[in-house]
Amino acid sequence: MNEEKAKIWIFRDYERCSGCRRCEIACSLKHEGRIWPEASRVRVFMLIPGLEIPHLCTQCPDYPCISACPFKALTVDEKTSAVLVDVDKCTGCGKCIDACPGKVPFIHPKMRYAVICDLCGGEPECVRVCMEAGYNALLKVPRFATQAYKVYARKPEDIVRDLALKVYGEEWGEWI
Amino acid sequence: MPYGWWGRLLEVDLSTKNVKITKIDKGTMRRYIGGRGLGVKILWDRLGQKWEEVDPLGPDNILLILTGPLTGYYPGGRVCVTGKSPQSNGVVGSTVGGEFGVELKCAGYDGVVVSGVAEKPVYLWIEDEEVEVRDASHIWGKDSKETLRVLTKELRSEMSKEHPLHGVCKEPSILYVGPAGENKVRVAAVTAKLTHAAGYGGYGAVMGSKMLKAIAVKGTGPLPEVAEPEVFKKALDDICKSLAQSFTMRYWGTGSAGYTVGVDTSSEPIRNWQEEWHDETRYGSSSFESKVWIKRFWGDFGCPTTCLKLAMIKYGKFKGTLTDNPDYELQAYLGTNLGVFEPEGSVYLSAKADDLGLCGIQIGNVLGFAAELYQRGILTKEDLGFELKWGDVEAFARLQEMVAYRIGIGDVLAEGTYRAALKIGKMKNTNLMPYAVQVKGIGVGAHGIRSGLDYTKPTAYVCNLQGGDHTSVSNLDEKNRPGEWEAILIDSAVVCWFNFREDYVYRFFKVVTGWSVSEAEVYNEIAPRIAAIQRTLLLLGGPDVYWDPRADDDNPLRFYEPLPSGPKKGMTVKKEDVDKLKQIYYEAAGWNEYGLPKGETLEKLGINEVGKALEKVKRRLQIP
Repeated sequence: MNEEKAKIWIFRDYERCSGCRRCEIACSLKHEGRIWPEASRVRVFMLIPGLEIPHLCTQCPDYPCISACPFKALTVDEKTSAVLVDVDKCTGCGKCIDACPGKVPFIHPKMRYAVICDLCGGEPECVRVCMEAGYNALLKVPRFATQAYKVYARKPEDIVRDLALKVYGEEWGEWI
Repeated sequence: MPYGWWGRLLEVDLSTKNVKITKIDKGTMRRYIGGRGLGVKILWDRLGQKWEEVDPLGPDNILLILTGPLTGYYPGGRVCVTGKSPQSNGVVGSTVGGEFGVELKCAGYDGVVVSGVAEKPVYLWIEDEEVEVRDASHIWGKDSKETLRVLTKELRSEMSKEHPLHGVCKEPSILYVGPAGENKVRVAAVTAKLTHAAGYGGYGAVMGSKMLKAIAVKGTGPLPEVAEPEVFKKALDDICKSLAQSFTMRYWGTGSAGYTVGVDTSSEPIRNWQEEWHDETRYGSSSFESKVWIKRFWGDFGCPTTCLKLAMIKYGKFKGTLTDNPDYELQAYLGTNLGVFEPEGSVYLSAKADDLGLCGIQIGNVLGFAAELYQRGILTKEDLGFELKWGDVEAFARLQEMVAYRIGIGDVLAEGTYRAALKIGKMKNTNLMPYAVQVKGIGVGAHGIRSGLDYTKPTAYVCNLQGGDHTSVSNLDEKNRPGEWEAILIDSAVVCWFNFREDYVYRFFKVVTGWSVSEAEVYNEIAPRIAAIQRTLLLLGGPDVYWDPRADDDNPLRFYEPLPSGPKKGMTVKKEDVDKLKQIYYEAAGWNEYGLPKGETLEKLGINEVGKALEKVKRRLQIP
């Protein structure tokens, strides 16, 4: 069936993340043509071993990164809802990083432009490998008109702290 | 420009704080591959002439942290730690899982070579091209957990300040030692990720002897380009799909074997190998799953198998204890070998080994040895300070600490089973070798040979280049080739044994490095060449102990006792059979009747220069 690609969201279940980083491998192979964890649009944080966190854009419905960009380098992909970076306009100033509640974007380690998940045009590679591996920590789901996605724009520190309290116990809350 | 590797080694001299880059040429890489093979080559080149005089825990030893050309590409990240081993006085290629190798490559290096000794505790910080030897006085003395916590925190905070445009900075990858390494305990491991260890070889003690608490690395670049990018992606997808099918490894890891190696194959160490069979169902995977596993799939970089399981005790007196699995080896060595048959006990002792920076296998071997001496009245309550009864988890934990901090009898046991047997034997005026289950200074892995049912055959440890290492066994394989050749390939490409598929390794060599490595080249040239040098260095040995193949290419005495229990009761291996098999193995390896690589073998492998060193060995052993 040649369906039009609907708006999607990448659901993330941190407890199911195996820390295998195949998402980073697949993402960087697709976008950079190389294995390059620090240039991957999804980055796995291991601030506490065993509690790995895939960190990626959640596409806040109010897109604070786009509003903050002084160069109009960021736009919304109407097809998927992803944030698209115009690498010619982007100067790598970092205003989008400051504006993001989850500090998800970062400037490419070798180029002067911001790196943000583009949802692979609707078929995210990270989801493909995660599902193929059977972990299902990342899943592609339909996107609805709700503010709910915004609550996932969180810093890895905050997510890990919560997870540590829940999974490892109280004394791990102060670990990081 | 090479594909898959950089041809760059980062050299750090801790005595002078000099940092430089040395190149590795294509010919060397092709001949020695990387990891264990490259390590053997570097050690031979630099220390080969004076090997017997080099104290593994002295300033002349070098510590090598080496990737292989497939590191980062082949599923399941590992890195190889090596140097002159303070256990065997030879070379052990000791690999550890994690992201360290990938980070190092992303920083632009194939490996790190650490020489000299620092004046005061230091750690090494590598951030791409920036390399710094830093003060480590604030973490010296800290346990593994605290070391990792403090370093991760301060390095991330520093990176975030320096690079605001990196957004949130990811953690660096860190190899570190705990108190055991600092105290030059010969059974100390180089550790990572709270629960991972390069255990065999005792390189934690080498780091400690150099006053090197940790090596931390952050690489922000890509892995080197591959030779055939599109075919590589396909090969990667194919192997990941294939590996994900492995049910046992994926769902149980090696963690079902604490029960099955006892009940199915009668080859699990029990009470210092006095028995090898048990049918304790309470020690099976079902108990581990329901009692302590809090995560079923945990893996290192790129791994589709994720054999690691996370275990945490949430109740009782060991509450809060965290470790991985424990994997089979530690279920056995820090479980059954100590008469412990409760998952909680094994988890607790494994976590203690992690925190102290001890190799779980080697310390389990040492503790079992000590407990048997206690059982036999050779070591007493007065010697130990307390009773050491089989199954007493807390007593064993206490002894682990005494070893790590070299307190009391722990100071002697810290020398490892072999050296401790010599020392305590002298003290007590008796021969303790019947209870020392080790080969060439290295406690044997938790797979016995007596039942004949395990993968470890009668010569598994006899001619083993890495002593008792169960991951590098010297059986003859199904094609009557030395089985260790395969282990050399695994440790030199630096891939995980559990993800090893020989055909895929050759395919990856082709698409990643562009090398057409054939099975014939590995088995007829590369592996035997690495083995010949590794064997020579092992036989050079010294300075505190030396090996004589006529006596030391042998099983621990215990393996000649009949199994006392289970369906294989009465089974054993016969010394005369082992001696015959040993000669067949030597012949297959291209070694002479004394186990020395033959002149014609060296000639064929293009390493004639090794001959001179073998002359020294012959003179010492007084053999023709």
